[in-house]
Amino acid sequence: MPDIHYVLLIVGMGLATYLPRMLPLTLLSRRQLPRWLTDWLDLVPVAILSSLVAPVLVTTGTPRTFDPSRPDLLAAIPTLFFALKTRSLAGTVIVGMALYWLLGLVLR
Amino acid sequence: MVSERHCVVRDGLGAAWPVCLGYLPIGLSFGVLAQKAGLGPLHVLLMSVLVFAGGSQFIAVAMIGSGVSAVTIVATTFVVNLRHLLMSSAMSVHFPGISRRFLALFAYGVTDESFAVNMARFRGEGWDRWRALTMNQAANACWVVSTVAGVYIGNLVPPGAFGIDYALTGMFICLLTFQFRERLHIITAVVAAVLSVSFSLIFQGNGHIIAASCAAATIGFLIKRHSRKRKVHA
Repeated sequence: MPDIHYVLLIVGMGLATYLPRMLPLTLLSRRQLPRWLTDWLDLVPVAILSSLVAPVLVTTGTPRTFDPSRPDLLAAIPTLFFALKTRSLAGTVIVGMALYWLLGLVLR
Repeated sequence: MVSERHCVVRDGLGAAWPVCLGYLPIGLSFGVLAQKAGLGPLHVLLMSVLVFAGGSQFIAVAMIGSGVSAVTIVATTFVVNLRHLLMSSAMSVHFPGISRRFLALFAYGVTDESFAVNMARFRGEGWDRWRALTMNQAANACWVVSTVAGVYIGNLVPPGAFGIDYALTGMFICLLTFQFRERLHIITAVVAAVLSVSFSLIFQGNGHIIAASCAAATIGFLIKRHSRKRKVHA
């Protein structure tokens, strides 16, 4: 059975993850936002997705080092073209996995 | 009503599958790591249900293992997940005037993955808050089940089988291309990629995501404003 210290830690972590998820949604969705803010927010998703995925492809290890020769990047290039061409999420995920798996076998 | 509810659940689950596929190997390996750090299935269940944040959970388990204080762990968790402030803000435009109670429930499921899927879906037809909520909860259920399962069977699964480790990367690449609506979005993506990689090499941790996203969105915004002004003057 988890002891009280562990439960307190988890509740603290839960609040630390929940509040940043909850506050902007509840505070911003009920008011008319100024034009400049909606224009800026319109660019946030594409910026976040790119910021999330780019380092995964070309960096490795802790501390991180630049390494563009990893199968992650090699598989990403045809996967990106496949996604642009077909606009199919299912297809892209499967093609990406297959390429990554094959590259892993070849490069080993 | 019954058939409409059926459709909502089907669409929500249908959108969640790439996320679930991607969560499986990460969840299993989390379970393995947690078990090695001395946590049992109940500990893992509690953490996955209440915290529901892959990266922070890995960091927390490593910190628990090395005896770091609870305050430091909570503070680290907070900093690591600050990027959700940005995601939650960007999502708010899709929930105009929706009740606080719904949003409080929905917010629980906001992750990098559910954000990426829902933002792509909201752009198209036939996506609404109930489908989005179903998608969030399905992904959450997969995360909870795979982390707990990892405690028991994680060691039996060969790492890297069938490229499953690449499922989320493939998903993010595809959802990124769905965001390319105008040239400005592509420019913003390129700026974000360059900044994010540079920041990630200079600074450890994952502050590079929020820093690069804010900077790239601001640069994109300034480009848009500048070109609009030029049009007015021309």
